[in-house]
Amino acid sequence: MDLGPYTSFIATSYLAAALVVVLLIGWIAIDYRTQKARLRALEDSGISRRSGRAATDTQ
Amino acid sequence: MSLIDLANPSRFLALTARLLPWLALVTVVLLAAGLYLSALAPDDYQQGATVKIMFIHVPNAWLSMFVWGVMSIASLGTLVWRHPLADVAAKAAAPIGASFTFLALLTGSLWGRPMWGTYWEWDARLTSVLILFLMYLGLMALWRSVEDPTRAARAAAVLTLVGAINLPIIKFSVDWWNTLHQPASVMRMGGPALDKSFLIPLLVMAIGFSLLFITLHVAAMRNEILRRRVRSLQMLQARAYTTSAPAGDATGHVVGAA
Repeated sequence: MDLGPYTSFIATSYLAAALVVVLLIGWIAIDYRTQKARLRALEDSGISRRSGRAATDTQ
Repeated sequence: MSLIDLANPSRFLALTARLLPWLALVTVVLLAAGLYLSALAPDDYQQGATVKIMFIHVPNAWLSMFVWGVMSIASLGTLVWRHPLADVAAKAAAPIGASFTFLALLTGSLWGRPMWGTYWEWDARLTSVLILFLMYLGLMALWRSVEDPTRAARAAAVLTLVGAINLPIIKFSVDWWNTLHQPASVMRMGGPALDKSFLIPLLVMAIGFSLLFITLHVAAMRNEILRRRVRSLQMLQARAYTTSAPAGDATGHVVGAA
């Protein structure tokens, strides 16, 4: 595929979009793990929800 | 499962656990198809291969406004109906909307340089989208600066609804003012002005990016619900600690708290 004299502009656009999407996915995945770990640590220390259900239970 | 059932965060979490893998799968398939079709699209007779930037730029530009629209509806849910997930939805959408707006500005700039001869021009369309980006950042800062989520929610909801005034300004800026940016060529009276060879890849990419937003938004909402559970449990822990700890000194500090 020949993109002509503006290859750098086109490639930068697609790479930037890919990078931002990967960063968003990574941030959301890390945040999920962090919150689950904090909830587990709190439950392990004996703190439970008023409903008595596990805070880490997402099912 | 009705909409009222989804007001229960636990039920929402159960739904997301089932929904997210399928949403992610369909998003990947659609984006892959969109990228393939974009690669096959012919060069434009005037713009050459730079027209390929359109397949990234336009979906992000649409989503930058759509996400603020979603946040505005969620803000109504917070202020009018006090739906328990409305604020969660608005807060989770903001960083994703900011990312799409940043990409719209960046790719527009990279498209503008070879086509207009400049990366940036202070015209109505570009400036109003930059303001939208700054409003996203302002909202995110507001949510982070207020400790109590309920108080932050009301302030953020008001700001979001005020900011929604910018959406029609962005949309019609190319009609109301003389700008460097071209007028609407897809969503316009009389149908799209684009040839099918460009329109089909553009629509596939737009649907793919929209599904990407929905997937990321649902996942970010799940995280926000968990974050609020962490906060509630930490407050319970603090209360349990202060009631079970030995009597405090005269200044109110719990003895041995350090």
